[in-house]
Amino acid sequence: MKKSNDVLPRTNGIIQAYGFINGYGNSHTSNDKPVTIDNYTSKTSANAKFKDQFVLLQKTFLDHNKAKKKSKESFEEAPLITACLTYLGFYFLMIIGYLNQLFFVPKVATEKNRDGYVPLYDAFERFYSCYVYRRVKDCWNRPICSVPSDTLVLKDRITNDYGWTFEFTGTRTKCINLGSYNYLGFAQNSGPCAEDSIQAIGKYGISTSSTRRELGTNTLHNELEVLTAQFLGAEDAIVFGMGFATNALNLPSLISPGCLVVSDEKNHASIILGLRLSGATVKVYEHNNMKSLEQVIEKSIVNGQTLNGKPWKKILIILEGVFSMEGSIVKLPEIVDIKKKYGTYIYLDEAHSVGATGPNGRGITDYYGIDPKDIDIMMGTFTKSFGSAGGYIAGSKNLIDYLRTNSHAHCYASSMAPAVAQQILTSMKIIMGLDGTDEGKQRIDQLARNTRYFRKRLAQIGVITYGHEDSPVVPMLVYLFSKIGAVVRTLTKRKIAVVGAGFPATPIMEGRIRFCLSAAHTREQLDYFLQAIDEIGSTLGLKYSRKPQDAETIEY
Amino acid sequence: MLQYESTPYIFNLLFDIIFKAPIYVIFLEGFLLLMVIWVLIHKQTNGSRKLTEEQKKEIIKNWKPEPLVPEVDENDPTLKTRTVEGPIGKYIFVDGHKCLNMSTFNYLGLEEYPQIKKSAIETIRKYGVGSCGPRGFYGTLDVHLELEERLAKFMDQEEAVVYSYAFSTIASAIPAYSKRNDIIFADECVNFAIQKGIDASRSKVVYFKHNNMRDLEEKLIEQHKMDVKKPQKAAKMRRFLVAEGIYLNTGEMCPLRELVQLRSKYKLRMILDESVSFGTIGKHGRGLTEFLGVDKTEVDLISASLEASVESVGGFCVGTHFIVEHQRLSGLGYCFSASQPPLLTQVVITALDIFEKEPKIFKDLNEVCEKVDKKFKELSRFLLRGHPISPIKHLYLKDDKTSSETDEILRKISDQCIKMGLAIVPCAYLPIEKFPQKPSLRVAVNRLLSNEEITKAFNILQRASYEIK
Repeated sequence: MKKSNDVLPRTNGIIQAYGFINGYGNSHTSNDKPVTIDNYTSKTSANAKFKDQFVLLQKTFLDHNKAKKKSKESFEEAPLITACLTYLGFYFLMIIGYLNQLFFVPKVATEKNRDGYVPLYDAFERFYSCYVYRRVKDCWNRPICSVPSDTLVLKDRITNDYGWTFEFTGTRTKCINLGSYNYLGFAQNSGPCAEDSIQAIGKYGISTSSTRRELGTNTLHNELEVLTAQFLGAEDAIVFGMGFATNALNLPSLISPGCLVVSDEKNHASIILGLRLSGATVKVYEHNNMKSLEQVIEKSIVNGQTLNGKPWKKILIILEGVFSMEGSIVKLPEIVDIKKKYGTYIYLDEAHSVGATGPNGRGITDYYGIDPKDIDIMMGTFTKSFGSAGGYIAGSKNLIDYLRTNSHAHCYASSMAPAVAQQILTSMKIIMGLDGTDEGKQRIDQLARNTRYFRKRLAQIGVITYGHEDSPVVPMLVYLFSKIGAVVRTLTKRKIAVVGAGFPATPIMEGRIRFCLSAAHTREQLDYFLQAIDEIGSTLGLKYSRKPQDAETIEY
Repeated sequence: MLQYESTPYIFNLLFDIIFKAPIYVIFLEGFLLLMVIWVLIHKQTNGSRKLTEEQKKEIIKNWKPEPLVPEVDENDPTLKTRTVEGPIGKYIFVDGHKCLNMSTFNYLGLEEYPQIKKSAIETIRKYGVGSCGPRGFYGTLDVHLELEERLAKFMDQEEAVVYSYAFSTIASAIPAYSKRNDIIFADECVNFAIQKGIDASRSKVVYFKHNNMRDLEEKLIEQHKMDVKKPQKAAKMRRFLVAEGIYLNTGEMCPLRELVQLRSKYKLRMILDESVSFGTIGKHGRGLTEFLGVDKTEVDLISASLEASVESVGGFCVGTHFIVEHQRLSGLGYCFSASQPPLLTQVVITALDIFEKEPKIFKDLNEVCEKVDKKFKELSRFLLRGHPISPIKHLYLKDDKTSSETDEILRKISDQCIKMGLAIVPCAYLPIEKFPQKPSLRVAVNRLLSNEEITKAFNILQRASYEIK
């Protein structure tokens, strides 16, 4: 008995230390279970009874964590009054727009030399972009003239005609950057990544001017594929020159008519385009809702193909690791269970999660401690965490070989530019610790700490945020269309750059501001920002949350 | 009188109607009523077959999916990609052999200009490598705006839009305009990116025979006849004509003058892909419209790759403000992809500087292309295809063999050429091309080739083609 007392704090110690190092606090992934058990069994004698006791203890501990995990994701609903106001506000905008269109001649360009042709654009689309979107047009496509790192320099522009045209003022504003996907802070113009990329230009030139299948493969591409596979724990990997194209040009070679794709409703446009090109049947399940997913799969298998009732050739579940507009993290363990139960395949898009999640930055599988081999197709991009461009697909050797012979992008699109490939190689080596320093680890921990602190503080302020507490993408709900513009502009005045998203990128109801955290952000920057949110939250009325607020100071 | 109109009176009236009605009317109405009831009930039970839970479980248990992908033969020749070491120039190292390069698309030989590399390096020192975001979300750098302005000016158009990948440029541009109920007329030899753009648009597509204007007109007349039959549908149907300036798959030039005549006659809008012709033909390198002197208002949208003559990565579209601006909200590859890495943008700006300062390079390239054309026509085992001034030419085997046999011979010839110091490779196609292309070796002409080098290439090809049976 004494022995067990001895062991318990020690194991807890291990767990805590592990959690602390990872910057994940008390959260544990199921990964910890085998690790600690192994540690334990290797260190003590094989006393079966004692072991049972330990397992039981650990199970309760994990169950407790599981219960906690459920509450880690939050999608608080808006007060009814806000919902009504949002719709009213939107219709009001539309009515004003129509009136505007009636009484004032639009300044928009008209088509010349095409009299008598069928109009090129849909009338509503045209109206929406000219009379609704134009009012907040200044909040997007803002030009910058610096590295998009923890700060950025905006090239100021003004409009004298309510958004029809913009002029540069010639001044510049340095802002804290909460808009770029620079999760691990590798967007840098100095340091090893930049230096290596410059060397790559010297050695390999600017581009390959050819496709991978012809003469566009150089030593860097081969090296990158080997390293990517090693990083992700997959057998093999293949890389492409553009992240968007990785989805859009590979999905059609993986699935065909007669296959069923079960796709999360919030999946990215590139996935939707790839599915459209493939000709497979697509069924959508509710965002991150496992019940809905299972229902769709069960019903589909029972009923067979829509037209002829034949059994489906194969079923592929497509989802993202971290959803870029919702800030949620996919419930991968449950999805792997469903996969095994029904015999489907999984296509996991890790555009926003690779590098940004997991104790080793290896993405969602790392975060949950799931064997990467359980995921049939692992896709991701190099744009975000690696500060470069392009995308990859990793999986079994046969899958990758199949893509090498059948992928559209591999055969027809040009290969990755050498400097771009080198940036990924160097940053990936840093993340993996192959450079001999712990800088990668530090960056991963810094991002996790920033995320935790930031999300908790926002909750304390009383604004509604969506998503998982470990997700570095943090959407803050402002609901009203016009508030998106107001928040973005007010924050710009306070020298903070953020991104807004409204209809049609989100439902009409759910206008939001999105923050992307980075390992490059310091605590001071975050505090400055949070104070600004607190202040403008009061003046603009953003504190919608009705959850009880924690008054305690949150530790960084 | 009023009291008679009470309820019993109405019933009497109803009975009266029913009994006086002919028997078939009663039957018909009764049948209709039953139908309605049947449909209502059936609709509720429809959707899932009536199965017990056990049966469902049985079906789920018995369902066996196909493997994710079929087994791939490890010896598949397409798996053996050649590795290039060092930079791409007139000479390249392929699998350890130093070769004269007649394969990659760097027609203009910009390696001669050190300022290109220099500007790329300076850009890394200023902006880093990646842009870390799409154009809408702080991914627009001042170099992107500068490049768009410069490209519009260079092409003498109102506006330009830059994409980060050439494949996605045209493949996003087509579906931005052409939608489900529209129709696209396209040449059957259009490159794969265009085919995918057409697929993504979900429009009706009519392919006409390669560069065959008579065939196109026949198809347009056919469509016109259908339009007369269904005027309502026709009034909403947008029509597009898609062609390439110089076809990547054949090296032929499109008859743009005839195309624009038909375009205007049948009220089509024209999308022209100048991926090969941009920066290679025309007095100032503006492409086919300049070369043939076609008015810029005749072509609605010009799209081109920045991965060929410019030797960067990316693509762009130019046209009027009315047309191009639309892609900033509707071009999928523009809105939803990270923007072009700034160093690659800067490279294009520097290349445009060179284009504007030294338009002579285009003339030089055209001359070399003509020389290669003249010389390679003498190859005894190959048939040369392509316009004389096109930098892309195709060599087809003269012998009458099946497609897979030809593939293998071409591969062996290519291997042999590389060993002998000439980098030339077979054109890579996937079996899913809309119209299967004849296997060929693709020649890409470099401006810097001297007469001796052309002769050397000719001799190697000639020898290799005789050594391989």
